[in-house]
Amino acid sequence: MATERFPIEAGHIMLFARSIGDINPAYYDEDAIAPPTFVQASAQFTEGYVLRPVIGEPWFGSGKEPTGVKRESGGGGGGTGLHAGQYYEYHKPVRAGDVLRSVEKPGKTWTKEGGRGGTLNFSESITEYYNQDGELVVTARSVGVQTSQVVEQ
Amino acid sequence: MPLSKSDISVGDEYEEQVVDNLTRTQIIQYAGASGDYNPLHTDEVFTTQVAGYPTVFAHGMLSMGMTGKMLTNLVGDGMLTKFGVDFRRQVFPGDSLTAKARVEEIREGDGETFVELVVETVNQDGQTVVKGSATARIDD
Repeated sequence: MATERFPIEAGHIMLFARSIGDINPAYYDEDAIAPPTFVQASAQFTEGYVLRPVIGEPWFGSGKEPTGVKRESGGGGGGTGLHAGQYYEYHKPVRAGDVLRSVEKPGKTWTKEGGRGGTLNFSESITEYYNQDGELVVTARSVGVQTSQVVEQ
Repeated sequence: MPLSKSDISVGDEYEEQVVDNLTRTQIIQYAGASGDYNPLHTDEVFTTQVAGYPTVFAHGMLSMGMTGKMLTNLVGDGMLTKFGVDFRRQVFPGDSLTAKARVEEIREGDGETFVELVVETVNQDGQTVVKGSATARIDD
């Protein structure tokens, strides 16, 4: 999904670095550089991002019940949407103080039969991140897969 | 420190344990930092009773992020020009991951020198969880 405004903040980079277990001092400065996968955190700033609870609305995770919404609203059931692959091209480093925006373009879709998840429906999306000067800084290609059953281990 | 051409040869291998005994709390940290609050990663009740998995599992992007840690430790900050992976297997709490890179090619282009790396992250049983490649600028 497109993100209108993704401010790159030093504190956010620090929290992200901690979450991936990275003690690199370059991520803990006021002018921190963003780790290679940091642009994924643009989800925090994406309007209507479906994997973030909306204040006042039911959420598909558990509360009193194992799920807060009916199956057709998403999230439940045997099949699951999973992330199959992620591919970045870096055009320019991203640093604290930058303000990015992103645009998303649809990619290919394809189907694969068999395997641990039953029928697999793949779809890709391409997200381009631009900085405050309009320069393309990162291109991200994401491949998602919808499985027809729970992935067996 | 950026990697230097004189430091590496085709076929060189580098590896680093990027997590030992992954905790649910670290997965929650990643959810909070990345903004991906999918309950499959943090909500045991939902994941076992609704989605039908044996337990919660890490975001693929957490495995990729930890793999990226190995890469930036190897090539330096801001040196990657490409990094891509396929997610091959789920990563569960308690797993320990080792990220590996192998030098596939060292090449010149546009007045710069690049290293092409094959990247793979395996769990404590040697099973591949992430597999892909990366390209980085290196010093002459």
